Amino acid sequence: MDCDICGNKAKVHLTQLVGGQIKKIALCDSCAKEKGVTDPTGFALAEMLLGKPGGKPAVPMPPSAGPTRHCPTCGFTLDDLRRIRRFGCADCYATFHDEVAQMLRGMHKGTHHCGKVPAGLMEQHARTQRLDELRGKLELAVTAENYEEAAGLRDEIRRIETRATPVTD
Amino acid sequence: MMRFSTLVKNPADWMTGEGADTAIVLTSRIRLARNLKGESFPGWAKKEQRRHALELMRPAAEALPCMKDAFSQELDDLSSVQKQVLVERHLISREHAARGEGSAAVIERRQSIALMLNEEDHLRMQSIRPGMELRSAYEALAAIDTQLENSLEIAFDHELGYLTTCPTNLGTGMRASAMLHLPALVLSDQIGQVLQAVNKIGLAVRGLYGEGTESLGNLFQISNQSTLGESEETILRRLERVIAQVATHERNARDKLLEDDPEMVSDKIGRAYGVLRHAWIIDSKEALNHLSLLRLGGDLGFLPADTARTCDSLLMDIQPAHLQLHSGRKLSPEERDSIRAEIVRARLQSLEAPDISSTRKKNDSPDPNPDLL
Repeated sequence: MDCDICGNKAKVHLTQLVGGQIKKIALCDSCAKEKGVTDPTGFALAEMLLGKPGGKPAVPMPPSAGPTRHCPTCGFTLDDLRRIRRFGCADCYATFHDEVAQMLRGMHKGTHHCGKVPAGLMEQHARTQRLDELRGKLELAVTAENYEEAAGLRDEIRRIETRATPVTD
Repeated sequence: MMRFSTLVKNPADWMTGEGADTAIVLTSRIRLARNLKGESFPGWAKKEQRRHALELMRPAAEALPCMKDAFSQELDDLSSVQKQVLVERHLISREHAARGEGSAAVIERRQSIALMLNEEDHLRMQSIRPGMELRSAYEALAAIDTQLENSLEIAFDHELGYLTTCPTNLGTGMRASAMLHLPALVLSDQIGQVLQAVNKIGLAVRGLYGEGTESLGNLFQISNQSTLGESEETILRRLERVIAQVATHERNARDKLLEDDPEMVSDKIGRAYGVLRHAWIIDSKEALNHLSLLRLGGDLGFLPADTARTCDSLLMDIQPAHLQLHSGRKLSPEERDSIRAEIVRARLQSLEAPDISSTRKKNDSPDPNPDLL
């Protein structure tokens, strides 16, 4: 295995659990020494595991660019994402939905928001969450060939979908 | 609107620790990242787009009830020393200070709420309090967040939560952190172990000025890393639990140091006192490390209990930009070291020498009064 920093032969292997995911770091002798890994009480070890000193926690490289796509709102492309590891605008998250999903793997404790919701979106958020939950159950019911339950779930989904879509003006 | 000079004339409540227990946890801070719907993020936006976003946000920020008579300035209108002073006070980030046209700061009079406009995200809001007050700091900021949501269209996704420039902030957009003073864990060589344990549960440990900064004066920031998949409540609860545990370790380490090696502790605190009272040239690292020991001395009963407050305001006032602001001119590093020593000597003038004997006595007594420890 090669050193994650310089590519030389790795001698030191660190394993850490982050949010239930195992993260491994391999280092060669000199990089390990430089990062203070050989000194088990050193502060540098914590820093090493947190991300590079002087930098933000590492943002993983997005998957390689396929056919060129532009964010319709801000013109951002996957190449830009690879270059700056940040997004161009909020709509980029929809434009690059699949790439985002890949980048998010292991980055956080989860992949679904479960915190504060903007005041005006509370009702809509609850509805979306409920629908997601029911669709998940429906899929399970269909797989289990539990058609009676599936029909009930389908009806409930339809009922929610048609009921009072919030009027926007 | 408040002038810069008025804003920085007084230390913030959270700097002096007025009315809070700051023996180990100095401050609690919450940061929320928010962005406008349909507007390019500041780093990607062209100059006119950044201006446009600022024109939407600034009136909304200034109209907040807490921002009555607040400080509100475009960063372009501040000198580099003024910006650096705000950074040293943790009111804006280093990244924000480095940003050009179209960035602004709106800061509440008592400096406990600060909004950065066009930082990495359109809006970075911060609430800061003395002592272990993560919960109340969050509640204050969440209320402001909700008020802003009434006047601004905030980017939000039902799956990913608040949408941020960097995917590491998605979800709650919340970074909660506490600043801890851990001299006894450092002196007893336990700090590495403790920090590793904190890190293992997915929390970050950093130095005095955030990401990529070195730990000075035995000060450490502990904060959450993950922002997606857990509610603010869950994140805060875990942080509170871990910080309370670290604080207990530090408290035990202080007690144990006094018990096992009172001579070493007395020597360290006595030397720190001697250097700070009599140095004529002192760099910021040396000053911070000695102030840390005086602070410890105050807590252990070697020095008056309000020593911590004196140390905490000095901590801020001896930073490079604060020194330049104080002298009203640009200073070379050598000049800064002399002026720093001068300020420290003046502030500590009335501080009497550490009372080693009283601590010894207290230490020898079989049943020490816990209030004095």
